[in-house]
Amino acid sequence: MSEAGRDARAVTLESGARRGRALRGVPLPLLVPALVGLAFLLLPLLALLVRAPWRSLPDQLTSPEVWQALQLSLISATCATALSLVLGVPLAWLLARTRFPGRGLVRALVTLPLVLPPVVGGVALLLALGRNGVVGQWLDSWFGITLPFTTAGVVVAEAFVAMPFLVISVEGTLRAADPRYEEAATTLGASRFTAFRRVTLPLIAPGVAAGAVLAWARALGEFGATITFAGNFPGRTQTMPLAVYLALQNDPAAATALSLVLLAVSIAVLAGLRDRWMTASS
Amino acid sequence: MTRSTRRTRALRAAGVGAAALLSLSACSSSGSSKDSSSSGSGATASSSAKPSGTVTVFAAASLKESFTALGKKFEQRYPGTKVTFDFGGSDTLAASITGGAPADVFAAASGKTMKIVTDKGDTAGAPVTFVRNQLEIATLPGNPHKVSSLKDLTASGLKVVLCAGTVPCGAAAQKALAASALKLTPVSYEQDVKGALTKVELKEADAAVVYRTDVKAAGDKVAGVEFPESAKAVNDYPIALLNNAPNATAAKAFIELVRSSEGQKVLTADGFLKP
Repeated sequence: MSEAGRDARAVTLESGARRGRALRGVPLPLLVPALVGLAFLLLPLLALLVRAPWRSLPDQLTSPEVWQALQLSLISATCATALSLVLGVPLAWLLARTRFPGRGLVRALVTLPLVLPPVVGGVALLLALGRNGVVGQWLDSWFGITLPFTTAGVVVAEAFVAMPFLVISVEGTLRAADPRYEEAATTLGASRFTAFRRVTLPLIAPGVAAGAVLAWARALGEFGATITFAGNFPGRTQTMPLAVYLALQNDPAAATALSLVLLAVSIAVLAGLRDRWMTASS
Repeated sequence: MTRSTRRTRALRAAGVGAAALLSLSACSSSGSSKDSSSSGSGATASSSAKPSGTVTVFAAASLKESFTALGKKFEQRYPGTKVTFDFGGSDTLAASITGGAPADVFAAASGKTMKIVTDKGDTAGAPVTFVRNQLEIATLPGNPHKVSSLKDLTASGLKVVLCAGTVPCGAAAQKALAASALKLTPVSYEQDVKGALTKVELKEADAAVVYRTDVKAAGDKVAGVEFPESAKAVNDYPIALLNNAPNATAAKAFIELVRSSEGQKVLTADGFLKP
């Protein structure tokens, strides 16, 4: 992500010079599909706004079910992000800073949940961490912990799909960061862990933050793995995406209202990131 | 800029647009081929036309086993036909039909979900009840928790899953619970009956309230417990030809097969009750 940040700065410098040319020099074979692509991405969101039940919206949104689902979504996405940070940053460091046989394979495996259909991830989680799962049965018999049908299960499902975003982002930043600072710190007597904590971590902080936001956004929108692994119960495992899906069956207006809330949250996240990403495109 | 270069540019842009369209249509080729084959038969769909082409059936999740078998029978009886199914929660299916999904036949697990479709005027003719289904408790093999009644499910510590209230099996379960004045807090409201059953098959839940037919279809992966309150919540399964059916001839023939004595034999063998 710091690479992206650096590019962003480069682009802002250049864009001043390019701005004068505006759209005049853009070849038609690029402009037409570009505009169609833009419309394709924006039209569904516009439709959501056009068809939103604005009149009944206050009633829809003040219902306790909606707040319950939104609250649960925000809490579980934040917990999933925290879990991803605690486990993901060290994993990214391991992939970027150490050499071991099969590192390429490990990196590929780490990104697997990115491309795996979330429902498949949910089934895999059930088989691994379910009450009768490969690891889950020991969790149950030794500690009495069962994850399915609990909020903790929601967090686990969300972290499973969201953590790769963080790992990839942090690993990219680490690769771009100059390792000589850490080496200098260790030659001055710092342990490798101290060097990581005092030198590397502050250096890669922007990349970690960007990765965390990406992971958080992915966790917030997670549906397939959550409903498969954690089930659906209002207040405990029913997050916003689940509520939207189930509301769509019998009350499309409510589903539209809920979707608007998620859209607003997403826009808020984008607005919070504007310094990092928006400048790249302005 | 000369006129000819401008023209080639416009042509090039059109080419890119055509390529985009082509890539779209190439990716949806299965859908379009289905349309073409079925519209061919639709054109000749007068009185005694032979069913041909693809017939698309939207059916409740609980009908999966029986209808899959009936689909094979149908394809054997009318060579050149193909039955494709979409099994799911009846409410989900109803929502996609009213949303314009191209289907020929809708078989729902309750009159209420069928009414969503008839209210929108999306059925051709009145729906007909073709079977009925009764609830049953599905519990772990060997029934280790000694579940013998609906009341046993309310015991604390027992993990029970129900269908969501919008799905027919969930609505029926709530009806049965209300009829016996029981309050049951499940660990999850599943999106369709197979979802609820799967949670028991995977041993994640201790019990689920599903249909008799689902318990039967699951074989020895679950143990079934019948309960008398289920008689108060028997579901009627209506079937209907859809208004915008792309292949009405074959659709009618399929509904005929389902309602024939041969079709009823398959359905009752799977645990459905006669209408």
